[in-house]
Amino acid sequence: MADTETATKIRTLVAKVGLDGHDRGAHVIARAFRDAGFEVIYSGLHKSPDEIVQAVVQEDVDVLGISILSGAHNTLVPRIIEGLEEYGVFADTLVLVGGIVPEDDRAELHEAGVDAIFGPGTPMEDTIDFVREHVETDDGR
Amino acid sequence: MADSERLVSALLDGDHAALAKVITRIENRQAGYRRLVSALHEHTGSADLIGITGSPGAGKSTLVDKLAKRYRDRGDQVGVIAVDPSSPFTGGAVLGDRIRMASTAGDMDVFFRSMSTRGNLGGLSTATADAVKALDAFGKDVILVETVGAGQNEVDIVKTADTVAVLVPPASGDDIQMLKAGILEIGDVFVVNKADLQGADKTVQELRSMLEMRDRTGESWEPQILETVATSGEGVEELVDTLENHVAWLAESGTGVEHEKRRYAEEIRRLLRDDAAGLVEAEIGRLGGIDKLVADVADRETDPYSVADRVMEPLADCVEEQDR
Repeated sequence: MADTETATKIRTLVAKVGLDGHDRGAHVIARAFRDAGFEVIYSGLHKSPDEIVQAVVQEDVDVLGISILSGAHNTLVPRIIEGLEEYGVFADTLVLVGGIVPEDDRAELHEAGVDAIFGPGTPMEDTIDFVREHVETDDGR
Repeated sequence: MADSERLVSALLDGDHAALAKVITRIENRQAGYRRLVSALHEHTGSADLIGITGSPGAGKSTLVDKLAKRYRDRGDQVGVIAVDPSSPFTGGAVLGDRIRMASTAGDMDVFFRSMSTRGNLGGLSTATADAVKALDAFGKDVILVETVGAGQNEVDIVKTADTVAVLVPPASGDDIQMLKAGILEIGDVFVVNKADLQGADKTVQELRSMLEMRDRTGESWEPQILETVATSGEGVEELVDTLENHVAWLAESGTGVEHEKRRYAEEIRRLLRDDAAGLVEAEIGRLGGIDKLVADVADRETDPYSVADRVMEPLADCVEEQDR
């Protein structure tokens, strides 16, 4: 009956955080996610970590993709993750970082809770496949 | 299902993540979502529901942002549901209404939720109405539902609101379009947004003459026409006052209660239609599936009317049994 007919979708937030105004990559990934059948909420530019946390909580997204090209990832990303933990949503959110992240910083970001980092030139399919493989949508049980 | 009970009590306790999860389950029509919505119903009924619609680019999101700010300044808790279309090809969607929510950034007492139309199930207005219930039960004072005024689906959504504001951009040449969509009939308040642009006065005049032709027998509310500039916030205060007047009129005239009754009747009927359709589908399955029945009809072994009778027979028998 109607109750068993479900329509689960992968919900994603593509977020631009901090002072970095380069959003071409974010637009490209947003479009690729849409074409993969995901629902994409785009944050817009220059968002604070708090605003990103608010959006993740309210929109109940399965995936948070943070695009950073400013080099401030070591400060901004952990602050977002702390916020997610505060609202108890970190465990069900796949956290991805896209943009320019030097090799030396990667371990630290992973330690902070980032599930994957995608640098320049990553084929779009890799990111989409990663999401499909690792996402956990709430199954209501 | 202990999990859904926990979720409901967390929502009622003001847990934002729980509210968000409840809305997700409603959107997904997930197993047990009905029980969730049932449990919420007794806690609803205190919020003002305001539908905001208009053509793409009319400035809905920007105006919603300014409205939310104004309501917050008055001390209200605000909920927003912004509906955007999904791609009919991939089912995916880019939901960009959140970008405009700048005035209340970081304020958790504005709960903003983006929803896509998800096309296929045809039950978007049900999902939206149920999501509104979740926000209402959570304790929101004002709930704004924003949708593109493009078709029947959207009209159905805004119809679930107490007060409907229709946005009209100036000199849009949209008058015929609006008539087509039946949007002129559902507006309580018409907002000529971007009123600083040329042609705004003319649009106000056109609207006025169109509204004069509108048949509103039996209702004493005169549809209002306002001008706003959402980007600067001009006219937003007057708009909030007008929306408030409409809410007050609904209460005083008893029209609000009438609307509510009509809405519940419609809701009950819709749920029953879905359930009945489910029973019928199950019975078709028992009889060998629709393809087999169609083949029999094509071979002239039976006909559509007899098939319908056969499918309905056990169901009708059950109903008769109850009567006895």
